Amino acid sequence: MTELKDLEITYDKPNWCPGCGDFGVWISLKNAIVSLNLNPWEVVLVSGIGCSSKLPYWVKTYGFNGLHGRPMPVAEGIKLANQGLTVIVIGGDGDQYGEGANHLIHAARRNIDLTVMVHNNQIYGLTTGQFSPTTDIGEKNKANPNPIIEVPLNPIALALSAGATFVARGFAGDNKQETQLITEGVKHKGFAIIDTMQPCVTFNHKNTFSWFYERVYKLEEEGHDPLNRIKAFERAEEWPLRKVLEQNQKERIPTGIFYKEDRSTWEDATLQIQKAPLVKQSMENRDITPLLRELM
Amino acid sequence: MTDLQWLIGGEAGYGIVTTGVMMSKIFTRLGLSVFDYVEYPSLIRGGHNAYYVRGSDNPIFSQRKGIDILVALNKDTINKHKDEVSENGAIIYDPSVTKVEPQEFSPSILRVEVPLLEITKKVGADHLMINTVAIGASLALFYSDFGVLQKILTDVFGKKGEKVIQENLNASKAGFDYVKTHSAPPFKKQVNALKQQNLLISAAEAVALGAIRAGLQFAAIYPMTPINGVMTTIVQNASTYGIVVKEPEDEIAGINMAIGASFAGARSLVATSGGGFSLMVESLGLAAQTEVPLVVVEGMRPGPATGMPTWTEQGDVRFVLHAAQGDFPRIVIAPGDAEEAFGFTMTAFNLAETYQLPVILLVDKYLMESHATVPFENLSSRADSFRIERGKLLRDEDVAVQTDYKRYALVEDGISPRSIPGQKGGIGLAGSDEHDEHGLYSEDAHMRVSMMDKRFKKLDSAIPHIPPPDLYGDEKAPVTIVSFGSTKMPIFEAMSSLAREGIAIRFLKVSYLNPFPTEAVASTMKDSQKTLVIENNKTGQFEGLIREYTGFSVSDHLRKYDGRPFYPEEIVDHVKTLLKK
Repeated sequence: MTELKDLEITYDKPNWCPGCGDFGVWISLKNAIVSLNLNPWEVVLVSGIGCSSKLPYWVKTYGFNGLHGRPMPVAEGIKLANQGLTVIVIGGDGDQYGEGANHLIHAARRNIDLTVMVHNNQIYGLTTGQFSPTTDIGEKNKANPNPIIEVPLNPIALALSAGATFVARGFAGDNKQETQLITEGVKHKGFAIIDTMQPCVTFNHKNTFSWFYERVYKLEEEGHDPLNRIKAFERAEEWPLRKVLEQNQKERIPTGIFYKEDRSTWEDATLQIQKAPLVKQSMENRDITPLLRELM
Repeated sequence: MTDLQWLIGGEAGYGIVTTGVMMSKIFTRLGLSVFDYVEYPSLIRGGHNAYYVRGSDNPIFSQRKGIDILVALNKDTINKHKDEVSENGAIIYDPSVTKVEPQEFSPSILRVEVPLLEITKKVGADHLMINTVAIGASLALFYSDFGVLQKILTDVFGKKGEKVIQENLNASKAGFDYVKTHSAPPFKKQVNALKQQNLLISAAEAVALGAIRAGLQFAAIYPMTPINGVMTTIVQNASTYGIVVKEPEDEIAGINMAIGASFAGARSLVATSGGGFSLMVESLGLAAQTEVPLVVVEGMRPGPATGMPTWTEQGDVRFVLHAAQGDFPRIVIAPGDAEEAFGFTMTAFNLAETYQLPVILLVDKYLMESHATVPFENLSSRADSFRIERGKLLRDEDVAVQTDYKRYALVEDGISPRSIPGQKGGIGLAGSDEHDEHGLYSEDAHMRVSMMDKRFKKLDSAIPHIPPPDLYGDEKAPVTIVSFGSTKMPIFEAMSSLAREGIAIRFLKVSYLNPFPTEAVASTMKDSQKTLVIENNKTGQFEGLIREYTGFSVSDHLRKYDGRPFYPEEIVDHVKTLLKK
């Protein structure tokens, strides 16, 4: 049985700001690995660059900390080389919705069996608070003195339309739900994305923990059917907003599973790995004589 | 002596390339030494395509100037190539499509009028099959037996079924018979079949076959001229050899997928051209920093930006040597012909895995898309003697007993034992950040220096195992040519034609651009009379490397950057001029 202590590294500890939402996601991920009873050496956490992308350093599994925006294709390569591994992609809104958005779209289309955890704090924290693709419309701050005019990217709708087969939103203030979503996401055979609202306590002064507590609600408590694709799009449209609200108005933010679908995965359709993962197949002594003869 | 150069020209979309390869195959089956070279614009329909095929009963190494048989599928081909037709040559054209004026060719040139279009109608074939009629007509000019083409068509179209084979046979036989019955006087350059067992291969195919033999397991390739042939050949054989080939959304995804697969333990490859490589650059550094083995094929073509996408150049030398921020070790190898491409590709995989670093195979359009004959035995014996070397890749049982495994352990030769995910006891993190022995990010000054030095020690460890550059020709020759990559082909051709005139040449052919063979190059430079650097770029990137590493300046250089490869005649002329100086 895998226990929490098996996942702890002894030579370092997280250096996120006190109160950072990343702590909640970190704990939830470890809880999920324990509840799924995964062998730590069969889990690979693949991340990009940003505060949240440091997470793999602090979980004792295999890890790959790559380039900004590029963890997705690294994870896809790992999964195709050895589909027996549990591969989890970790990144922020800059990684997944900015620099790496193209990779997100295509990985979702392929329905490769990955779980993607996006720590969405709606801001670039590590570089001291610039806007991200999910920053609310109308926001301004020190780095951007004029109100932002871009409509925020809607990660749920994007993932749905791209073909993701497990689409969920979590909140770093609800570890129980987050653990459950990660667990379900990993169990799901196919491309699972969990957009997790993770307040940046240092640079995002609007979307704080208390701001979210006043707005989040759980989809399952309102009878949402995650098998209904059209309804999933309708729920996705509830937030983020495409305009600035009046003072007395308050948005509602759905959390939980928006959509689930059974569809064959990229690995299923890759004939060469049906009998065994690539890395378990012999590459020795290949006879290429027939190929040379064809050229005569 | 037979030395026949044939050219087919016409609009793109009329199967010019297929026909060209077919003619190369005819020469190959007749036991000749063959070289072919194709020129085409970057579009699918229209524009001018020209396919040169040269066959000889003496060993040849490149295309040459002069066309002995010109097959013109349209007037444009006549206009573009009429001055290239040699004395006593022949032109084949359809008079209903192409008008040829009497003054356009000298009287020594045989005009072979073949009603290509009418013949296709007569045999019930599509009008697009005029190329097939033309190949039959061409064969009839220089060889008596249709059997050789019959066998090739049956082999080539075998998978497409009896109907397709028969259609092609009918069309080409009709062209063959037409020329046999109508052409008088006979064409002077006849071919006699030899008994040589050659195969016909492009460097693109050679890279693919080398990779397959070397144990390639994963490739992620975004299409781009001139490496598409690599992808096609691998894909067609992927299921036989257990190789996963994916077409990623872009080159950045491609290289990162390959890095991921390699990190997980699969032998991985990416292939691209300069534009795609530009996108891959940051990730090249990632492979180096995480010490993940990776083989990158970079097929050069004229840049910058889109440049001339279907033409050739050697303009990315400095780029691949310095690509990506920071200092890190890499190995860069430039094969000189298809056989070398085959061998170096296999070597590249072993080097990448033994030294845990990126290895770049620097090739170009000219090399990748030209076909040449190679004795079957040469490639099969290279394939047989190849052994996969995985370096310090740990076995499951070795990792299982580890108590404090360090992925980036600071060891004497710089090469840390490597675990892969799934191995119990080998848990570690591969980090893009500078890191300590566990892979944990580190900004410590001492650790930074240790890790930088460790990575470079791997290159020091590799150097003794890297073969010196090849030295060909006469030691006492008055001129030593120094070059790298695909220029080997026309240089060899020039050397053999100079030898026929009694002029001896020495040729130093550098394959490893990094680590650069400084001592060997310096010592050859030192004992050479005149030195001539030949390279296919404007600024002398390779010449600069020689000066940088050896301190020697060369006597002269020959450069070209018009998108075309060197012709042996240009080298011969240049050498003769240099000798007079």
